[in-house]
Amino acid sequence: MPQRMLPEPTPETRHFWEGCAAGELRLQRCAHCGGKSYFPPRPFCPGCGSRDVETYKASGKGVLWSYVINMRPRPDMGTEPYAIAVVQLAEGPRMMTNIVGCPQTPEALQLDMPLRVSFAKQSDTISLPLFEPA
Amino acid sequence: MKQKSIAVVGAAETTKMGRIPDLSVIGLHADAALNAMKDAGLKPSDIDGVATAGASPAELAHYLGITPTYADGTSVGGCSFMLHVRHAAAAINEGLCKTVLITHGESGRSRVGGGGRFGGGGSSLNGQFEMPYGPSGPPTMFTIPVLRYLKTYNLSVEDLAWVSVIQREWAAKNPRASFRDPITVDDVLNSPMIAWPFRMLMCCLVTDGGGALILTSADRAKDFPQKPVYVLGTGESVETQMVSQMEDFTSSKAFRVSGKKAFDEAGIKHGDVDHLMIYDAFAHLPLYGLEDLGFCKPGEAAAFIKERNTAIGGKLPLNTNGGGLSYMHSGMYGMYALQESVRQMRGIAPAQVPGAKISVCHGVGGMFAASGTIIFSNEKV
Repeated sequence: MPQRMLPEPTPETRHFWEGCAAGELRLQRCAHCGGKSYFPPRPFCPGCGSRDVETYKASGKGVLWSYVINMRPRPDMGTEPYAIAVVQLAEGPRMMTNIVGCPQTPEALQLDMPLRVSFAKQSDTISLPLFEPA
Repeated sequence: MKQKSIAVVGAAETTKMGRIPDLSVIGLHADAALNAMKDAGLKPSDIDGVATAGASPAELAHYLGITPTYADGTSVGGCSFMLHVRHAAAAINEGLCKTVLITHGESGRSRVGGGGRFGGGGSSLNGQFEMPYGPSGPPTMFTIPVLRYLKTYNLSVEDLAWVSVIQREWAAKNPRASFRDPITVDDVLNSPMIAWPFRMLMCCLVTDGGGALILTSADRAKDFPQKPVYVLGTGESVETQMVSQMEDFTSSKAFRVSGKKAFDEAGIKHGDVDHLMIYDAFAHLPLYGLEDLGFCKPGEAAAFIKERNTAIGGKLPLNTNGGGLSYMHSGMYGMYALQESVRQMRGIAPAQVPGAKISVCHGVGGMFAASGTIIFSNEKV
């Protein structure tokens, strides 16, 4: 099986991927316009444009927002169908992920089911934030 | 353009220059943009037009938190930004938008955050935050919001299947359609599963083909051999390059903004529309399109289609060539939707809508990333 397609962190996202490697889901919020959390990472607030933002450790909790089950797996993802999911985080932002620790079936994957983050180590520097039933 | 009709009100370069290893390509665009907005005393919400080359205008707009009614991704090399200025002048004079942001950023030396594979390089936003989870193309990306749509409005996969069935009825009247044999809801629901809940007959074709349009001024148009088809209104917008970051999984912001702009420009009401095209890469697109353009209330498009309002003889003929689901889809189907609108306005379509005077043609780009809407009329205003 070919090496899984992995993220290549940039200076603006490195804190996120370092957090994942350390077992923390890190989000950012604006210190200027009301503290709204946002994702994906960037060094300014997409709401007001302020560069005065902070990074913090998120709860890692969320719910299953939507998904598809890829019946024709990408070669680097193995041979079994898998869900490509979007999780709604407790802090507000949504992110794409995979759901682990349960069958990859419509019956097992119910929208709005509670989830929690689980980090899957891929290399010395990259762990992917996946989610499992809470 | 009109002389002295626009002016530069903000200008800046990146904070640093020369060697900037701590910013990626999109970060350089944003750094320059923030500095120029500061120079002009503007916030991102004051900007309603974006133009850029290298980066996608959708990537730029979403990154900066801008909801534009004008997006220019013209990319012709080093002089692209001169062209952007020219287009912006035309756009502002024409009322497409009021304030255009033009950006440039390149990590030519440090090579941070560029890239070229499907979904962007590994350091692009898609490459970091979507591709590692296994999408293998549009059937597993464009479709991701749909389960949320179905749950929100208490709909089933069968409701999606009706879109394919009724468009096949249109295709049957089109000798150039790839698929013309009638299909049933059961046929759709028994076709091979591609990406739950999408089956093969809910996905567009993959074909070869092409198309072209020639436009000229309305004054000159009357001297050409073909019946002129006038552009009555136009709209455009972009939302996000990442489907996972759509603001609302049950509705496309780019569709709503583009559609409203086009209807406002055209000065028409929905009841004035005789013919409609909605780019249907997958079966859910006509549902989102009917609702986001305002033809149906949220959640009501599936019933509207099932009750045959968009079918042959219905009050709002939709995708009369058979659409991307049955007619053809070579990758950038928007050209074919435009061709069918023009045929309908000329009165020469294989499945001609009798007496049609106004046609709305609505397109999508990427996975709900971008949208454009053109409203045609065959009557000189």
